Amino acid sequence: MINKDIKSYFPILNQQVNGHPLVYLDSAATSQKPIQVIEAIKHYYEFDNSNVHRGVHTLGNRATDKYEGAREKVRNFINAKTTEEIIFTRGTTTALNTVASSYGRANVEQGDEIVITHMEHHSNIIPWQQLAKEKNATLKYIDLEADGTLDLEKVRATITPKTKIVSVSMASNVLGTINPIKEIAKIAHANGAVMVADGAQAAPHMKIDVQDLDVDFLGFSGHKMCGPTGIGVLYGKKEHLEKMEPIEFGGEMIDFVGLHDSTWKELPWKFEGGTPIIAGAIGLGAAIDFLTEVGLDNIAKHEHALVGYAMDQLETIDGLKIFGPRDPMKRCGLVTFNLDDVHPHDVATVLDMNGIAVRAGHHCAQPLMKCLQQVATARASFYLYNTEEDIDRLVAGLRSAKEYFGDVF
Amino acid sequence: MSFNNLDQLYRSVIMDHYKNPRNKGSLETDAVTIDMNNPTCGDRIHLTLKVNDGVVEDAKFDGEGCSISMSSASMMTQIIKGKKVAEALELADIFSKMMMGEEYSDKYDLEDVEALQGVSQFPARIKCATLAWKAMEKGVKE
Repeated sequence: MINKDIKSYFPILNQQVNGHPLVYLDSAATSQKPIQVIEAIKHYYEFDNSNVHRGVHTLGNRATDKYEGAREKVRNFINAKTTEEIIFTRGTTTALNTVASSYGRANVEQGDEIVITHMEHHSNIIPWQQLAKEKNATLKYIDLEADGTLDLEKVRATITPKTKIVSVSMASNVLGTINPIKEIAKIAHANGAVMVADGAQAAPHMKIDVQDLDVDFLGFSGHKMCGPTGIGVLYGKKEHLEKMEPIEFGGEMIDFVGLHDSTWKELPWKFEGGTPIIAGAIGLGAAIDFLTEVGLDNIAKHEHALVGYAMDQLETIDGLKIFGPRDPMKRCGLVTFNLDDVHPHDVATVLDMNGIAVRAGHHCAQPLMKCLQQVATARASFYLYNTEEDIDRLVAGLRSAKEYFGDVF
Repeated sequence: MSFNNLDQLYRSVIMDHYKNPRNKGSLETDAVTIDMNNPTCGDRIHLTLKVNDGVVEDAKFDGEGCSISMSSASMMTQIIKGKKVAEALELADIFSKMMMGEEYSDKYDLEDVEALQGVSQFPARIKCATLAWKAMEKGVKE
């Protein structure tokens, strides 16, 4: 189970910031890394570093085994059928761009539709905007309910037989809303569309089973789930990936190269042009081991409890408005809010002076900010290492922000 | 809780400009218009300048943002009004140096702008303060 000791695995959390013990509430932007992940990367560079899939020498074999071993860990983590369906990318952004550039270009034609929602991160908006512009296709948005959730009736009304791609975040990075991906996938499939899931905010916090969800593609990032930056995953059903063209060409991804024509390696390597992010993949593998040992169900339970506690406590502050669903069970571990007339940047600066790290801004979701009629918001996001005491510190910090700005106005 | 550190950033003169911005609005005729935003945080400024014979005769701003960005815009419009274009650009350069914590010329009385000096101690907020000045520089060069 998750107890206070879990913080001791994260060396970075043991420090003072601006004279106060650090309270890190920005894990939705990037999570901190446990010592196990840091050690795995260090060990790789100190003992195994070598290029993969090339050398005949021992280090080359070790590096290859560890890199491919990490792929198997990812496969198991999301319950994919085979490692051929697991492609290492730079992150969620690259994963979604690969789907748009390869599958999208080959399958979307003039007059077709691509369907997303109003709660998407820019990385799940702009690749589709670009594709729609290039193909003269229509990009449609599913409207949100007042509490920041999706209504399946509206999903049904938006997706039509003209829809070729539906792409929805599994959990919103602003509202926290956990979306009914399995049900949306059914609706997409009934209309002949493929289902793409943006798992950036979901993979760190809840068990994902791609076969049960029946999604065609899933993207997620290592750095939000205790892993290093620069590594992410694109899952795709083999039947799609086999037909798709690579989008990056060069070393590593080729079979035979002639003067005027070349052929590609089999899956998954045809999508991994160039020397891959070897240490990153190994670090991600270590993060998956760590999360699995703690237990994804335990993490989800811990976060639901924390987010419930946070909402109860935050609501005791006069003039504080919370965005997204009120029911903590419908949320991943984050709370986005605004405090009276105090701009979120000013809120974040006051909190920072108290050693508390939160995010302030538009959270890479400008269309959603427009829906919420907010220029910017403040966001506190939680992970397995956060505690109720952290939230008490946040609430005390917000009260002092109110006091401070109340005094000067 | 002690507010000493915060006071460095949020001097009362800054709060006064935030709550009671000077030159808020938009010039209607013969004005140079500059729209600029800070893509990382969503701060936005709409600046209109009336420049005649190399003199900034009038300036107004509108926008959305935090106390630092909006008070800085208010102070900037106040100080450049009536200045020559070359002087306005010189002031922008002085302000930039002030934000970087570098030494700057004491040629001008910086008036309320002086209050923003503390921002240089808060690296994450420097861009908030410089937005309006960047818009002005772009505008007078047009």
